[in-house]
Amino acid sequence: MFSNFVQRRRLYYLISAAVIIPGIIAMIYSTIAFGSPVRLSIDFRGGSLYVVQFEDTATETGIRDVYTEFGQDDPVIQQLGDPEDNRWQIRAGALTAEEQAALKQALIDKVAPIDNNQSTLDVVSPTIGGEVTRAAFFAVLAAAIVILGFIWFAFRSVPNAPRYGACAIAAMVHDVLVTMGVMSILGIFFGWEVDALFLTAVLTVVGYSVQDSIVVFDRIRENLPRYRGEEYDMVVNRSVLETIHRSLATQLNAIFVMVAILLFGGETIRQFIAILLIGLLSGTYSSIFTAVPLLVSWEKGDLRFRRKEAAA
Amino acid sequence: MNLFLIIWGAATVVGLVLLIVLRPDHHISWLVIIASLTAFAVWVSLPSNPGIHIDLNNDGEYGVDRDLEFRQGLDLAGGVKILLEADLPDNETPPAGSMDEVRHIVESRIDSLGALEPTVQLQGERRLIIELPGYEDPEGATSLIKETALLEFVEVPGPIVSGTPILTSYAMERSGGEPEATEEEAGVGLDAPDFAADDTVYETVMTGEILENATVQSDQTGEVMVAFRLTPEGDTQFAEYTTEHVGDYLAIVLDGVVLSAPRIQTAITGGSGVITGQFSLEEATRLATQLRYGALPIPLSVESTSTVGPTLGQISVEQSIRAGIIGIGVILLFMLVYYRVPGISAALALLVFAVLNLMVFKLVPVTMTLPAITGFLISVGTAVDGNILIFERLKEEVRSGKKISRAVEVGFDRAWTSIRDSNLSTLIICVVLYGFGTSFGAAAVRGFAITLALGLIINLFTAVTVTRTFLHFIMLPLSDEMLEKRRWLLGL
Repeated sequence: MFSNFVQRRRLYYLISAAVIIPGIIAMIYSTIAFGSPVRLSIDFRGGSLYVVQFEDTATETGIRDVYTEFGQDDPVIQQLGDPEDNRWQIRAGALTAEEQAALKQALIDKVAPIDNNQSTLDVVSPTIGGEVTRAAFFAVLAAAIVILGFIWFAFRSVPNAPRYGACAIAAMVHDVLVTMGVMSILGIFFGWEVDALFLTAVLTVVGYSVQDSIVVFDRIRENLPRYRGEEYDMVVNRSVLETIHRSLATQLNAIFVMVAILLFGGETIRQFIAILLIGLLSGTYSSIFTAVPLLVSWEKGDLRFRRKEAAA
Repeated sequence: MNLFLIIWGAATVVGLVLLIVLRPDHHISWLVIIASLTAFAVWVSLPSNPGIHIDLNNDGEYGVDRDLEFRQGLDLAGGVKILLEADLPDNETPPAGSMDEVRHIVESRIDSLGALEPTVQLQGERRLIIELPGYEDPEGATSLIKETALLEFVEVPGPIVSGTPILTSYAMERSGGEPEATEEEAGVGLDAPDFAADDTVYETVMTGEILENATVQSDQTGEVMVAFRLTPEGDTQFAEYTTEHVGDYLAIVLDGVVLSAPRIQTAITGGSGVITGQFSLEEATRLATQLRYGALPIPLSVESTSTVGPTLGQISVEQSIRAGIIGIGVILLFMLVYYRVPGISAALALLVFAVLNLMVFKLVPVTMTLPAITGFLISVGTAVDGNILIFERLKEEVRSGKKISRAVEVGFDRAWTSIRDSNLSTLIICVVLYGFGTSFGAAAVRGFAITLALGLIINLFTAVTVTRTFLHFIMLPLSDEMLEKRRWLLGL
């Protein structure tokens, strides 16, 4: 298959579409149902997140009743792990320090004793949440500028530079759509929420992914004058084969570590690593199966709306 | 321990001298430097490291005095983190210096909580971040911090039972006519008899401002009391008043509740006195603290709290270490199986990379949180990227017919720009992430950005110089002819 892999580019586009389209549908659904394409955590909205270790059996209604007493009308209550673990996660509105103490006491009195040693309670005011949202917006903006600058710099002296740049950006957008889409689906079915670390995962992945695309493109640039007689897609094919060992070996090692953390690491970091892993897989895929085939499609005029430009 | 440092220092000097005397790219000098650096890193990273305490001239004062321990973030150590903000309208900034003053007061107040190493930091112009490792009760901390502790000396017509809430002229004026406190809020005298509140407003004679200091004392019977000393102005005022009112009653009122209402026996002119009131030692300490540090110059509101149980953090640490060891083990195995002889040097370089990182974490020190550990582990996972770039180049050069020893040189030279670019691009992303992490609510991101960035920088050294040095010595006994016949040793 790899002997002439760019020929099958339509298949690669289909595979990408098969992941991205359900993701986009999920994001639309999520926007209608929850007001945002992915579910936002208290980091962005403000509110309280209580991961509580009860020492005895607790019931959802019991917990809900206590929260209702404190004016929290619609807490999101989930059981973590096995039922006999007695570990629960409760998301609700912000609580003052006094309310926190009273709420804990009420839970102890009316639901079950709590093991404070193994519980965490985070409360974020909406002000702080708004600030994080703003900071996130600036971080995305800064990352976009930096990455575009990087792409521009890497291809500044290449013929058809905008074409390479556009394909690298397309691969980056691909990765962002995949991670956002998967997160949106996980949000709908498992209540996964996007926190500050999610954005970290996405930006890290985007950095690696763009770098990966650039390595392949670099090789194409190097090989084009060297194999003047060959068809464009053959040169591209050759370049991918020359760099694929490096790409796969590097990604594989990163994946080893992430799978190790996913399987053996702590529960609080699991969601972050899962997103990082999905993003990394998407990044590896996109630099080989999105960025490069797009480049060939562009050259060959597959993309109908580009045909005029390619001819000119 | 000092002997170790001397030997280590000597070895490093020898390495550096060799580096200067011989050619700068001479492998032996690099090997000495790498070995001594690694030995030092291992020594620093050991959990049992005693710290560096060097007393240069034996005068009992340490020239260098550092404990070397991993600094654990609250998510690992367990504890309470609170973000307080000046409770002022948005367009109003606190007067210059006032937040600093607030920080001092808050610092003194939380010292009495008994948290292990409390920290209070100013963030921006109107925020205060408080971290209390090993503490569990955000409510206790915030109430102590926010408490305004209005202390008044009030003129009353006769004896009043302690614990009685009363209205005072100063408090009425301050709150605009609303009675300030209820019994419960004041937290003292809860078991005092019910007091049918009448509307009498008693005259405030003096407020807590006249106090200079307050300490806890106990007498022979074991009764705990709070002793106070007055400021010079307070002394004059207090002496004047008590001289004129011998035989009258003077109530000591805290936040609208009578603590005690003693009769003035004689004029108090010594500039000091005591407050008694059947306190427990804890209550007395609290009262003394409140009296000493008085009201905050700026009201504070709690914007965010985070409480982590200590056991949970410990479990996270253990799980992360286990995951890290397994992850690194698999990478070492992969590099050995896939790249064979060069893989040995990469594996060794990766171990050096890991210890150097741990050393830097301790020396800086970097606060280790769960995201920080993750950043480190991810940097381990991508650290071999440099080696992979080099080894793939090496294979290519061998395939294209170059002599093996020449291919090694070319591999390192050609791969350098790729390694530099690759680390640089991720480093730039780290800078962006660090900026994002300066927002309080995204503080977790900062640890990740720091450890990942440190890893990338250290990696430039280990992936190139360290790997090249190790590879040189591993390849020494292997001749080009022998490797030509056994290309599998290079993973070809």
